[in-house]
Formats: sequence, structure tokens, C-alpha cells
Amino acid sequence: MIDSNNLTFGLDTFGDIAYDEQTGERWNYTQSLRNIVEEGKLADQVGVDVFALGEHHRAEYVISSPDTVLAALATVTENITLGTGVTILSSDDPVRVYERFSTINALSNGRAQIMLGRGAFTESFPLFGYDVRNYEDLFEEKVALFNELLKGEPVTWEGHLTQSLENVQLYPKIEGQLQTRIGVGGSPDSVIRAARYGFPMVLAVIGGSPYRFKQYIDLYKRAAAKFGTPVHPVGLHSPGVVADTDEEAREIAWKYVKKTIDHLIEEKGVPAMTRDRFEFEVTNGSYYVGSPETVAEKMARVMSETGIERFDLVYGGGGQLQKDRFKMIQLYGEKVVPRVKELLKVGVTNG
Amino acid sequence: MDKMTIGILGAGKLGTTLARLAVAAGYDVLIAGSGSVEKISLTVEVLAPGAQAITAKEAAKRADIVLLALPLGKYQTIPQVELTGKIVIDAMNYWWEVDGKENTISDFQVSSSEVVQNFLEDSVVVKAFNHMGYHDLEDETRSVEENGRKAIAYTTDDVSAGNTVAQIIDDLGFDPLFIGPLKNGIILEPGSPLFGANLVKEDLQDMIDHLPESDFGRKVVEAKEISIM
Repeated sequence: MIDSNNLTFGLDTFGDIAYDEQTGERWNYTQSLRNIVEEGKLADQVGVDVFALGEHHRAEYVISSPDTVLAALATVTENITLGTGVTILSSDDPVRVYERFSTINALSNGRAQIMLGRGAFTESFPLFGYDVRNYEDLFEEKVALFNELLKGEPVTWEGHLTQSLENVQLYPKIEGQLQTRIGVGGSPDSVIRAARYGFPMVLAVIGGSPYRFKQYIDLYKRAAAKFGTPVHPVGLHSPGVVADTDEEAREIAWKYVKKTIDHLIEEKGVPAMTRDRFEFEVTNGSYYVGSPETVAEKMARVMSETGIERFDLVYGGGGQLQKDRFKMIQLYGEKVVPRVKELLKVGVTNG
Repeated sequence: MDKMTIGILGAGKLGTTLARLAVAAGYDVLIAGSGSVEKISLTVEVLAPGAQAITAKEAAKRADIVLLALPLGKYQTIPQVELTGKIVIDAMNYWWEVDGKENTISDFQVSSSEVVQNFLEDSVVVKAFNHMGYHDLEDETRSVEENGRKAIAYTTDDVSAGNTVAQIIDDLGFDPLFIGPLKNGIILEPGSPLFGANLVKEDLQDMIDHLPESDFGRKVVEAKEISIM
């Protein structure tokens, strides 16, 4: 049974470049970034718990440097946790990552949160001089180093794929703890890694039945018991569109999901998004699409049945109109989240 | 009849999913990761209860049939000698996230399962279970009596091995659909309209029939001189 008073609700974006409703054209990169700062401010105003930004190095996304955007948000927001989803640690320098997040944490009065992940795309590897063949080993070593740095004490480290450090203290020191999460895409090894370091885990589920992840939560708990690490609340990160009506939300979702996938079919050979598949994802799968009531009911059902205590809805996928992005943030904060809490308080029936 | 022992190489998303289906179908299942048994034992215990975690070499040696569910880029780590004379089901795909940005393994001339067959020259390779996403495999498994049972296409140059694998596909909850020799496997690979297909048999066959009308289909016919009609 989950405690409905102790849940966390986030909004995540990868910084998909939005379309201008006047011209039908995509915004340029610089204005897109300024819009995302406005979106973060709005999320804060409507009471969303976490605003998390994904790191991408691709033409259709504007956020390559999420921590810089979070720094901008640190001084213009009040309560919201400022996070990433994810920071691609494998192709970054754990020392610099620590420094940047301790800076954001200071600027935001302790509201910084980092989510470490391997990332689905690998553009960042050649970009920063890493070999993608070390995909697994880079992540493993850098998580281990970052975990040492997080302790806040002088660190001595013998690096293989990273630098070596001799009794090094990093500055600025973090007051208290930097909130750290691991983003997991469904690899059992990643689940066990999160448990091994005692980090909370956020499952990125972008397709299929959300209930199949119950066994991953089980694996996380079993692994934590084995390693003697604390069992933290598990988070879920899935895409969605909230609009005034189900029809409107579906229309927006189908249009932009299709656009995104079609683009990737050519480049990566990913499977096509058929209308059948889309309908399945909306009805029984991992897309949270509809009116505030529809989305709230689905979220509440999934949270209650899986024991998920943090839910991050990924908004703005494929770009979408700027006005629809703002609208969705507002509906999520003002209607969806309160309704999910209400539903979980009275209990959700199966079905 | 006693069921065969299936060995699965790869204990990731696909490997553990197929292990669950195989255990449910009554097979003895051995599963191996890339490293030690210790490293995957908890994963197997939780995600594929009933399957036994062992090393890749042991799995290859002891199993009657071996299923490949490791990243394609690591195919050269597959134990060759232990697989001599055995049927090997290739469920692998070139995938940019784990195998790198440029596909240097397969192309329109040589499909990935032919590359695997060339490496495992003393085994019989059957390509199967590659075109359906791992979570669909999980969600869509159905008994023969149920409506809407989905199809898994397979290719092989060896009819008898094909029949054995067809039985496994059936046991795991899908309708087998034979689509010709191993070189035809190209039409199941990423980039093809069939990749990701989660369809009943008639619809899958229909998609294959219409493949030559697609850009991908035209390229395949041109490069491979295969008849996919």
C-alpha cells in the first residue's frame, strides 16, 4: 500500500523543439531554451514537485546542457526540485558533474537532483572523445567514482577509463546530500547497480504494459536486501499528453509521436508506430494521454498496483505547439496531480 | 514427451523474457550472461524463476538448442566448439544503442544471421524471435486455442531444424511462419517494415507480400535477388 501523502510528481522534458502556433514553424534553438525556462517556472507555480531535463545532442532537441538550464531556473523558482532525466554520466566527467550540481544545489537552496543514466542515444560518446564500445564499462567506472565524490570527503581514485585522483577535495562542498537517482531503461544489470550503490531508481518505461515492471521493482528490492542497502521509493518515467479532452490529447499525441518515430525509422531502423500500437499504448500501455481525469485514473491505477511512489510524466514529445506545452503543465499541476492523490486516498479499483 | 533443454545466451531484457516463456512452456532452461554466474544469479532468480544460471560455455555444451539473446556486436564471444552440430536460434539484431552508431556487421548483401552462421560454421542457425519487441513477446504469448495469437517469422536453410524451431515458437505461445532461407532474414532486420511486427499470421504474411512495394523491399530485392513474394 502506498502512502498518498508521500508521493512525488514530476514533469520531464528532453527539450523537444516546439512549434509556433502562429507560423507552424519550429522555434529556433535560442528561443526554445528561453521557453523551457518559462515552462519550469510555470511547473513551479502550479505545484509540480520535480522539473527534470534530459540531455541530448541531436537536432530535434535543444537541451544538450541540462545543468545550465537548471542553473537559470534555480534563481527564478521557489519550491520545485530541479533535476535531470538523465545526465549521461558515461560521456561526462564525474568531477565536473559534481562541481556543476553542487553549484546548482547552492544556487537553488538544496533543490538540485541528478539522475544518472547511460542514455538511449550515443551521440555524446564521439562528441566528447569516448568510444561507444566502452558503453558499459564507462558507466560502471564513472558511477563508482561519482559515488565516492558524493561522500564529500577527499577522494583518492585509481582511474582506468577516468582520471586518477590523489586525496582531492572538490569545491564547492555540497551542504547535506546531493539527491541522486539512477535512471533505468529495463536492463536487469542496471536495476542491480542502482541497488548496489543504494541509489533510488527511476524506471524509464516508454512502451508496453507498465505492470511488467513489477518484477524489476522486485529485483531492486531483492538486490538491496542482498547488498544491505536501503530500499528507496521507486520512480516511473513515461510519456504523456494532457489536454482538455481525450480527443484533443489523442490528436496531439498521435501527430507528434508519429513524427518522432518516423524520423527515427529512417535513421535508426526503429519499428514503425502504427495506429494499432498507439491505441494499445494509450489504452493499456505506457502512454498517459487524455483529459486530466483519464490520465489521473491511469496514473493512480499504475501507482497503486506497482507501488510506484514517484511519477514523472514526460511532456512535449515531438515538439508540439508551445501553447499546448504550457497548457499541459498547467493541467498536470492543477488537475492531474491533485486528482491522483485523491484517487489513491480512496483506493483505486482494478480495471 | 520429454521437452528439450534450451540454453539462452544473454541475460538481459530479451534473454530473461524468453527464459520466462520457455520455463512456462515446460522446457528445462539454462541461461548465461557475459560474465560469471554470480553476476546474473539474482536476476535469473527474480526475473526467470525456474531457469538455471550457468556460464555460456556450460549452457552451450549442455543444451539441446541454444538461443542467442546477446548484443549482436558480441557474436564472436559465442562458444563455437560447444555448439558443434546444434541448432542455434538467432534472436539478435544490430542495435545502435549497444552496437555502435554504424552497422558494420550486416548490410543488404549479408544479413546478420548469415554473419552468425558463418561464424558458427558447424551449427545450424535459424533466425527467430528477433522481429518482435521483448515486451510484446511477454504480453502477447497465447495458447493455440486463444484468439488473436501473434506470429513469429523464422528463416533457415535447414528444413528439419526449421521444424524443430517452429515447435518451440508454438510452445512459447506464437504461430510460426516460415519465410525461406537464412538470407531472407534481412527482411526481419531493423529498417524493414517487418521489424517490430506484432501481428497475427495472415497480417504478417500480408505485410511480407507487400514488402516489394516499399523502399526497403525494393532495395532488398535488388541486392539479394531474393523472392519474397
